[in-house]
Parts: sequence; C-alpha cells; structure tokens
Amino acid sequence: MDKGSMGNETKLVDIDYDNLQFRVAREAFVSEEVLTGEYEKIFNKCWLYVGHQSEFKKPGDFVARTIARRNILVTMGTDKAIKAFFNTCPHRGATVCRERSGNSKNFQCFYHGWVFGCDGNLKSQPGKESYSEGFAASGAGNLVAVPHVDCYAGFYFISFNPNVESLSDYLAGAKEYLDLVSNYSESGMGISSGTQEYAIRANWKLLVENSVDGYHAVSTHATYLDYLKNTNGSLSSTKLEGHSFDLGNGHAVLEYAAPWGRPIASWIPLWGENGKKEIEQIYARLVERHGEEMAHRMAHKNRNILIFPNLVINDIMAITVRTFYPQAPNYMLVNGWSLAPIEESDWARKFRLSNFLEFLGPGGFATPDDVEALESCQNGFNNFGSVPWSDISKGMGKATPSYDDELQMRAFWTRWNQFISGEPTPQPKLRQVLSAEAA
Amino acid sequence: MNAVAIEKEPIRVPSSAQFAAFVTRAEVEDLLYFEAELLDAWQLREWLELFTQDGCYYVPSTDLPKNASADNSLFYIADDPVRMHERVVRLMKKTAHSEYPRSRTRHLISNVRILDASEEEVLVAAACVTYRMKFGSSDAYIGSSQYRLRRVDGQLRIAEKRVYLDLEALRPHGRVSIIL
Repeated sequence: MDKGSMGNETKLVDIDYDNLQFRVAREAFVSEEVLTGEYEKIFNKCWLYVGHQSEFKKPGDFVARTIARRNILVTMGTDKAIKAFFNTCPHRGATVCRERSGNSKNFQCFYHGWVFGCDGNLKSQPGKESYSEGFAASGAGNLVAVPHVDCYAGFYFISFNPNVESLSDYLAGAKEYLDLVSNYSESGMGISSGTQEYAIRANWKLLVENSVDGYHAVSTHATYLDYLKNTNGSLSSTKLEGHSFDLGNGHAVLEYAAPWGRPIASWIPLWGENGKKEIEQIYARLVERHGEEMAHRMAHKNRNILIFPNLVINDIMAITVRTFYPQAPNYMLVNGWSLAPIEESDWARKFRLSNFLEFLGPGGFATPDDVEALESCQNGFNNFGSVPWSDISKGMGKATPSYDDELQMRAFWTRWNQFISGEPTPQPKLRQVLSAEAA
Repeated sequence: MNAVAIEKEPIRVPSSAQFAAFVTRAEVEDLLYFEAELLDAWQLREWLELFTQDGCYYVPSTDLPKNASADNSLFYIADDPVRMHERVVRLMKKTAHSEYPRSRTRHLISNVRILDASEEEVLVAAACVTYRMKFGSSDAYIGSSQYRLRRVDGQLRIAEKRVYLDLEALRPHGRVSIIL
C-alpha cells in the first residue's frame, strides 16, 4: 500500500479522545488495496489458528486446511510432534495431500510420484538416479515447513513470519481465557466431528466486530430471545449483563451473564429434571477442581473471545471455534467447529450440540440474522464515498465498559491500524486505566 | 472368455411396484410435490401439518458421513418436534431478518424412489435442488433427501426428513435460513 493512501489525509481509523469518538473508514471494508495490505501486514505477520490438539491423536494423523490463502498440511510425525508444511510438492508444485483429514504415514504427489513421510522428508523419488547424488540428503526435495508452529492450551497456531514474537507473548491477556476454556475438561477438550463451512458476502472485519458485539443481541436476535421464552416457559430472570475487556495485542473478550442454558453448567427448564441432576453434578465437580468462585464464573458467565486477527472462541450456549479469511473485500470464507470436553456424557454431548444449533451456525436461530446484518452493512458501504465513516464509540471514556459497549472492537481496530499504517496508534491515558482493570 | 464362468445374478432394476400393497410412488410424489409447493408459497404452518407428532428434520454438515448422528456430530440443522415448530414460528415473524423480506424459493424434487415399505413405515429417497433468490443472489442447495413416512388416519405423513447436501461446503450461501 503506498504511503499516499495511508497518510493522515486518508487515515482509516480516526480516534478523537477529547470528544470520545472512534471512527473507522468504510473504505477499509471495500478497498482491494486494503485487502492486499491485510494479507501482507497482518496475515503474513501474526499467529493464525490452524487446528486443535484433539485432531491429532496418533502418528500420521493429518489435516489439510487453507490458511490465509495458502494450502497447509499439518501432521503428527512418528515422534508425535505436530508439524505444518506448505502443501505443495517441492518438485513442480502439485498439492501432495488432497484429502481433508485422515491418517497416513506417507504423502505421494500423484504428478510425478515423489513420496514424503509425515515428517515432511522425501522418502522416494522415481528416477532418482537422474538426480545428483546428494539431492535427497541435501533436503532440497523435502516439503517446506511453515516457519513457526506452536500450541497454547490445546490450540495450535502457525505463523508465516520467521521473526514473529513467541506465541505466549503474542496471546498476552487472552491466555487466561484460553486456559479457562481448556479447564472445563479433566481429560482434554476436543473438536466434535462436523464442520460448519460457509461464506458471508461481507468484509471479514464485520465478522470480527459481530463476534464480540454485545450490543446487537436484542434487536438482531429478537426471534432467538422469543424462542427462549417459548421453550422455557418464560425468559430466565438472568439478564444480559457484564463487561468487556481489552486483553492486549488486539485481543478482547466480553464476559457476561445471559438467559440461555450452558452445558457447563447452567440449567434451563427445557432440559428437564434429569438434565438438572446432570448439570448439578458437572457443577459440583467444577467446584471441587477450581473452587466456588471460579466454578461460578466458568458455569454462569459467557465469554466471547477474540484472538487477533481472526480466531473467535465463543463460550456461550455451546463453545464454537470459528476462523475466517477474506477472499475479496466483500467475501469471506468461514469455518466453525464445536469444542467440548472429551469425557462429556452422551446426554451432555447431545444437549450441547442441540444448544449449539439453536443459536449458532448457518441453520441456527440467530447466526443467519447476523449474516444478513453483515451483508446489509457491506451493501450499505457501497455509499462509502458519501458516507465515509462507521462509528464504534459506544462506552468510550467509561471506567468499566459494559458487555454491550464497543471497547472490544476498538481494541481490534487499534491493533489493526498499527499493522496497516505502520505507526503506533495514539494511546489515551484512559486506555491504560481500562487495561489495568482488565488485568 | 473365461474357462470358469462365475455364476452371477443379472442386475435387477428395483421397482417401487413391489411395495404396492403399502404405497405407490405416485402417492409419495404427490406428498413431496405438495410439500415443495407449501414451502415455496411460505405456507410453513401448513407444511408443519405434513409431519407426524414426533416428526424431525435434519441437515447434516457437508463433511459428515451419511450415517452421522446429530447426538454426537455437529449438523447445520437437527430439529426435534419442538425445535421444528419454533423454526416455523420464527420464520413467520418480520423480525426473522434473514428471511424478511422473504426470499423467493423453488424446491425441485426428482429421482423419487421407494427404498422400503411396510405397514408401519415407508422409506423414500429423492434428489432435490432448492433455489433461494434474494437481493441479487441466487443460490442452489443441491442434494438428496431421505424421508421416513408413516400413515396417520390413512394419510401419508413425514416422520423424518433428512437432507444431505452434495455441496462441498455451504458456499457461497452462508446460511440455511429457508427450509430445504
């Protein structure tokens, strides 16, 4: 992106701390140039979610995924180490793995027949006598590894940036929340089978905002709240109520109470008396393991967690892990999974998945209306020449922003702006106060 | 050709006529075509009446095997009778933003076959394409459907409808906000 378009005269994020106004240029949602900059300066530089530990159980287990437009192959080697490779034959380019997932000790490129082990090393090469003697030994024929792979609390991330900071430093305050989610389980969390793979005809940052937006629930999701009333006799006395926190490095979270049931461990009448007993047992075990205060927080608080730039872990009426990438300024590809304790009972798993589907995903009672809202925004952005700004000032200046303020979006955009403009974003004194509270 | 010929039954084309004692294909087609018409006309409450009291409706995720269960795998839709009723209640509201203004739809049913039938139940397979048109986009949901039908007071009713999408992913659609 050339300096001219990123200079002050056309800045994309406009922060006015004196008047408590935070605005984002709608150009950031429609410009091809901005998208190119996002791939170069954000997706090429940050840590990106690639998969969950539970997807790799034994040597040879693999998944092939598209991460930031690249074909990536992640494998568990014979030494049980998780490795990530660019899924392309070093010889002439074909993808060496054309299955989505499975178990294989070898990957054969079907074009010329080169074979690679699950450690990425070249194992055989038809006509190898025609290559120089040291060719295979030199490593020139091995799959190329992604510069960095690391794991935190069961979540695997990769980075294309050889000089990226450590994952632990990168995750900053988000680590506490990843730990909390992983601590639901005594034997490990696992991704359930079944991937919700869909698309939204909107800019990817709209889904970032929406995933941590506590403000839209009452109007966008009116029919979902009606559904809760209809199926539980009345809407639970639990009000939507809580706070949002800036976790540093562009990560943010909302933590709040809400009127829906949680498989861990907040009962609703729809689940019946048997369900009540089961939920009470799950809760009692949480208290034993984590103490009353933490157990209450785990069971009765919801968390919408954003890991910059594009990982969302929403620990709400079920736990969804969601990641998404732009294909064009107005089109993104979304992948969503369900995460649950591996040891969960059949009852709990069934009710969890049912609870997931009542709200979440393309067939849920809420997500389709989010998709509609995002596409509607994108449509509205066609007017960006005449209506150039979006406003995300809600709750600016509050000492303790509410779950339905927009602090979490400002945390994202502030970090986004640092990467895109290459300049530090001005920090208000107030912001430090908020960060201190979050910690 | 071969010295030892292997005795092999000639392939037989299955016929719906073998279940004529219980149901005819024409009767099944009448039901499925009527269902399609009700859905395209947004007569969703009438559509619900085509189901038995315990009727269910499923749309599995596109990467699941056909025998996957919603009890332990993540679907797009897994409606028990309560959820299916609530889905219709929701879709008939103006606050169901994804479907208000309502999209135009066209449900096409083809390749209808009776796989099995008895006094108790009829198992039907069909191919289906449902188009959804709205705001300049036209999306096709391509797949196959499987129905379990039962007679209630002599009338064929749907005990279970399961739509298996042939799509590799729900793209570019982004939603199954209509009933397939």
